[in-house]
Amino acid sequence: MKVRQISIFMENRAGRLSEVMQLVGDSGVNIRALSLADTSDFGILRLIVNDVDKALGALRKAGHTVSVTDVVAVEVPDRPGGLAGILVPLSADGVNVEYMYAFVEKATDKAVVIFRFEDADAALKTLKTVGISVLSAETVASL
Amino acid sequence: MIFSEKYECMDRKELKRLQGERLRDAARRAYENVPFYRKKFDECGVKPEHIQSLDDIVKLPFTVKDDFRQTYPFGLFAVPQREIVRVHASSGTTGKPTVVGYTREDIGIWAETSARTLACGGGTAEDVLQVAYGYGLFTGGLGLHYGGERLGAMVIPMSGGNSMKQLMLMQDFGTTLLACTPSYSLQLAEEAAAEGFDIKKTKLKAGFFGAEPWTEAMRSQIEQRLPVKAIDIYGLSEVTGPGVASECLEQHGLHVFEDHYYPEVINPSTGEPVAPGERGELVFTCLTKQAIPLIRYRTRDLTTLDETLCPCGRTSRRMARVTGRTDDMLIIRGVNVFPSQIETVLMKIDGVEPHYLIVVDKSGVLDELEIKVEVSENLFSDEVKKLEALRRRIFEELRSVLSVSPKISLVEPKSIERSVGKAKRVIDRRDLK
Repeated sequence: MKVRQISIFMENRAGRLSEVMQLVGDSGVNIRALSLADTSDFGILRLIVNDVDKALGALRKAGHTVSVTDVVAVEVPDRPGGLAGILVPLSADGVNVEYMYAFVEKATDKAVVIFRFEDADAALKTLKTVGISVLSAETVASL
Repeated sequence: MIFSEKYECMDRKELKRLQGERLRDAARRAYENVPFYRKKFDECGVKPEHIQSLDDIVKLPFTVKDDFRQTYPFGLFAVPQREIVRVHASSGTTGKPTVVGYTREDIGIWAETSARTLACGGGTAEDVLQVAYGYGLFTGGLGLHYGGERLGAMVIPMSGGNSMKQLMLMQDFGTTLLACTPSYSLQLAEEAAAEGFDIKKTKLKAGFFGAEPWTEAMRSQIEQRLPVKAIDIYGLSEVTGPGVASECLEQHGLHVFEDHYYPEVINPSTGEPVAPGERGELVFTCLTKQAIPLIRYRTRDLTTLDETLCPCGRTSRRMARVTGRTDDMLIIRGVNVFPSQIETVLMKIDGVEPHYLIVVDKSGVLDELEIKVEVSENLFSDEVKKLEALRRRIFEELRSVLSVSPKISLVEPKSIERSVGKAKRVIDRRDLK
């Protein structure tokens, strides 16, 4: 139950993010979640969108360097300690988190956390064992 | 095929005698017909009669690029203007352009050596030559064009740019030989890939690449992406244009067409000839050129001359690929850095595109060397630490080769300007301050 995430290489300069957002918007793709990792002179924009292939096509056509990575979307109870309840068993099983970012679902009382694991399959196994629900790509796309 | 077996495979002793005869004539023409040379010869106390054989060449004074500027536009011409049938000029980044003229006979010799170049890379009258060097004052386009016609090939005078049309005609006309700058060939391959056009399925077989410095690493990139044997060609407008020297299919040094363009290698600091096989500055004397009998012209290109015989059968000496210029050497914090060193390191790193830019600037009193490298999808990762590791790797490898710490900037694809002519690899902002 992995979700495809798009990553885009971006130089840190004024207006770059808005150009990319405009491009994605113009292609009729809706962004479900995003995070921006930045260093002093470049950044990596990561996007979860409702139509991965369409977004990829538009970005590549405009000459962007992009890649697709499998990530895992996990529903987290929107209450104190909700995230810890997921991280503790993962850490107990020695599963490494490369990075993660969260967003809150509109119509429910849950938050969704996007995880990039070092080993996504090991993570999925742990999550399944402890009974934590993982969202399918279709579900994420329609959130 | 060897285009002009009589001269290209001439016995070396006989060649030397011919060169001596032609040198004697060139020195006399320069002295008698060009006041600039008469003055220069007189200042060195040398008279045409002192030049009896090839060995006497060391008595002659050097000519430098600035001499063209001082005599701008036509001061080096040795014939009346009515005998000049063509002029070319190289862009002067500072001041006036360098102007060269050709008589009808000069154009004929140029076409001949340019045809030899194409034959060196396997070209014959059966071939279709696409010339994607610029046509105009620049010698690249017309030089290869006349060479192609002399060879008997079918010439497509595309000139530079308009890549989509280049690719279309390459396909439709069945181009077998491509002549352009090495960086433009990669740009064509890139644009072909972006359009879903399989350039490997074209009939291309050889590419004649020159007009800008390039490296062995770039040759392997070109040969991987295009179905060509990448032939390094050499020429400069002051001497004639493309067709001064060319690699043969052995791809091991460039045969100098020395029955017309006599090469020497000197120590750039002392002006003395270097020992055989030693690296130094390349100097040319135009033995047969009527319009400008160019005497010992200092090219500023650094190379070596190989006197051993080539398996291809040509007896001419071979110059090594030009890997630097006496004037493109960057001095960074007192260390000599050649752009070719940087390119060699970059091309060895998997996934690095041949698109990079070297920026030299000053931060306070210190020189700063920045190298911008485009991040292709092969290099890209969604993880910051992997990109940082890549940057560190480029940094470490360059630092160990250059002995200077460069700043490495990863930049977006296509953010470095693509040039149709000579690729601009170095921006030295220190000059502007």
